[in-house]
Amino acid sequence: MTSLAQSRGAGVGTPRRRGARIGVGWIGVVPFGAYALLFLGIPAVLAVASGFFTENGAFTLANFDTFANPTTQKDIIGSIGLSAVTAVIGAIAGAIICYALLSMRSDGWIRTIVDSASSVFAQFGGVMLAFAFIATMGNTGLLGIIINGLFGDNTYTSPLYTVPGLVPVYLFFQIPLMVLTFMPAMEALKPAWGEAVATLGGTRRTYWWRVGIPVLAPAFLGCTILLFANSFSSFATAAALISQGGLISLDIFRASTSETVVGHANEAGSLALAMVVVMIVLMSAYGALQRRAAKWGNR
Amino acid sequence: MKTRYLAGAAVLAAAALALTACAGTAGSGSSGSTKTLTLAQAQKATSVADFGGMAGLVAAANKEGHLNVITLPPSWANYGQIIQGFEKKYPGIKINSENPDGSSADEVAAAKSQKGQSTAPDVFDIGTAVMNQNLDLLAPYKVQSWKDIPDDFKDADGTWWYDYTGLMSIGYDSKKFPKGIKKLDDLLGSDFKNAVAIKGDPTQANEALSAVTMAALQEGGSVDNIQPGIDFFQKLKQAGNFLSTLPKQATVASGETPVVIQWSFNNVGWGPAAGSAGNPNWKTVVLPGTGLGSYYNQAINVDAPNPAAARLWEEYLYTPAVQNLYLAAGAYPAQLAAMKKAGTVDKSVLAKVGDAPSDFVQLSADQAAKASTLLTAKWAAAIG
Repeated sequence: MTSLAQSRGAGVGTPRRRGARIGVGWIGVVPFGAYALLFLGIPAVLAVASGFFTENGAFTLANFDTFANPTTQKDIIGSIGLSAVTAVIGAIAGAIICYALLSMRSDGWIRTIVDSASSVFAQFGGVMLAFAFIATMGNTGLLGIIINGLFGDNTYTSPLYTVPGLVPVYLFFQIPLMVLTFMPAMEALKPAWGEAVATLGGTRRTYWWRVGIPVLAPAFLGCTILLFANSFSSFATAAALISQGGLISLDIFRASTSETVVGHANEAGSLALAMVVVMIVLMSAYGALQRRAAKWGNR
Repeated sequence: MKTRYLAGAAVLAAAALALTACAGTAGSGSSGSTKTLTLAQAQKATSVADFGGMAGLVAAANKEGHLNVITLPPSWANYGQIIQGFEKKYPGIKINSENPDGSSADEVAAAKSQKGQSTAPDVFDIGTAVMNQNLDLLAPYKVQSWKDIPDDFKDADGTWWYDYTGLMSIGYDSKKFPKGIKKLDDLLGSDFKNAVAIKGDPTQANEALSAVTMAALQEGGSVDNIQPGIDFFQKLKQAGNFLSTLPKQATVASGETPVVIQWSFNNVGWGPAAGSAGNPNWKTVVLPGTGLGSYYNQAINVDAPNPAAARLWEEYLYTPAVQNLYLAAGAYPAQLAAMKKAGTVDKSVLAKVGDAPSDFVQLSADQAAKASTLLTAKWAAAIG
């Protein structure tokens, strides 16, 4: 269906009409552009800029002293670690699910169920998710009751209230997000390529090694970075489970709303800048990798 | 665009108020003392006399029709009932309760970011440390019962005044811990594994800082030296008893946080008093020795969009009926001493809650700053 629609679109358009269509398309992008500017661009710039000023509006670099604090350093590493682990596990698990789904009919009931469940679970977060996990894995949760029942009282200590304990919680929305974003790339693998490899005497392994993985790699890495960012910026779930800090998003909350350590609210801005820098480094590395892959592809 | 539109609306509103003001003075011969003020005048009113008495204040507040309060959780110090009571007493005024679970810093942020808008908070219930940094946001006002508030409980100019204090208390599930809690060190015992939670990070939340200070007082420290409190929580962590999750009414009801060190009014509010949403076995103990409290302050936003309703709310809070509502939740109201003298205190409630301890301390601004500095340096390592 899609390939038919695409080929028809490409065949019919004359150059003049295509030019007109670009003009219309440009107008179509305006609402999204304005939205992104108002709700993403401007707030991000304001947040980061606040890191360079005192609360009275004078320019300062003192807010960056927070990076000398061992707690901040530990929390940045904690955030990067948690995001990397949940992104990699989420990406691999999600890709395996996609691979399994590929062999099923795209309009079959299993695909429909997994698709719609993924779009629900990928958005399921915040305090609701935290409470769902407390009910399952908390000290008085289902798992605790079973383990304490088997091995005696007080043998179970819930891992939930530590940074590593967030891994299973985050995977709950990371894996479905991977399924949602990676499935289209998987679907783009043409069966004909597999047949071509077979005709030339290649095995299934040759196909994946020489064709499947190289074709999917950019999309896979892109999705992994999306997962990383998703986890890196998560706040509400962590805040409901961990009250004593350990992540950079919790530090931003603490700095900007503290009732006890007053006068450091703008440190939140410098912490936000650190998050932006981490994402820029990651995106640049991805871009470089992408360009290399493209060069390799053209050869 | 938006600001210009808002400015236009404000000018129109001011003009409308001024017009009705003319109409009011022209038409009302009988109620001569009642005055109708413009928005700017009402924002500067320092007592009920500026409105020509209570009737004038009520009329002005009714005309505004709204009151914006902020960071008042319904289960905190009986605010649920207090808000309902106000809406019942003054049915013409609708209360918008914004960000109930926010912090004092959130109150200030909302007042600054929504300045000049109709949604800005009218009144504050605010912690001292944050308030002292933002005194320019507050409009002086003196409630009618001003003399009943002790002198050291209020600013001489009426910029702020105490409302209530809780006492740092230990709430626990009496079904899980039938032996109860007699002293702080009981919590280090092996039966309290994964059990003890405080209300957040002490470098962020005043209530958590107060839990550490209370522990310091119990362990031989003082308001000038909270190090023994930090040491206590380190021992609690090493014993495997410290629970680093954020306790909420729901986690107390489900049993996930079976011991919570927090203000007495919250422990009382999460127990049987909360009905089906509370934990029926929840008990509250204030340990013997020096009681630790922390008075919160009432204050009015200098740019309050509903200045008359804000002032009426303050008058309402300092009526004996509402002061008794605070008391019923375990929050000792600022006028308690005067009410005991005048006989307006609800004696059955006082008997149930227990009188305020004679040996009572709270952190001064300097002590709080010192404690915060120490916590910033030591806390994360102690419980890490």
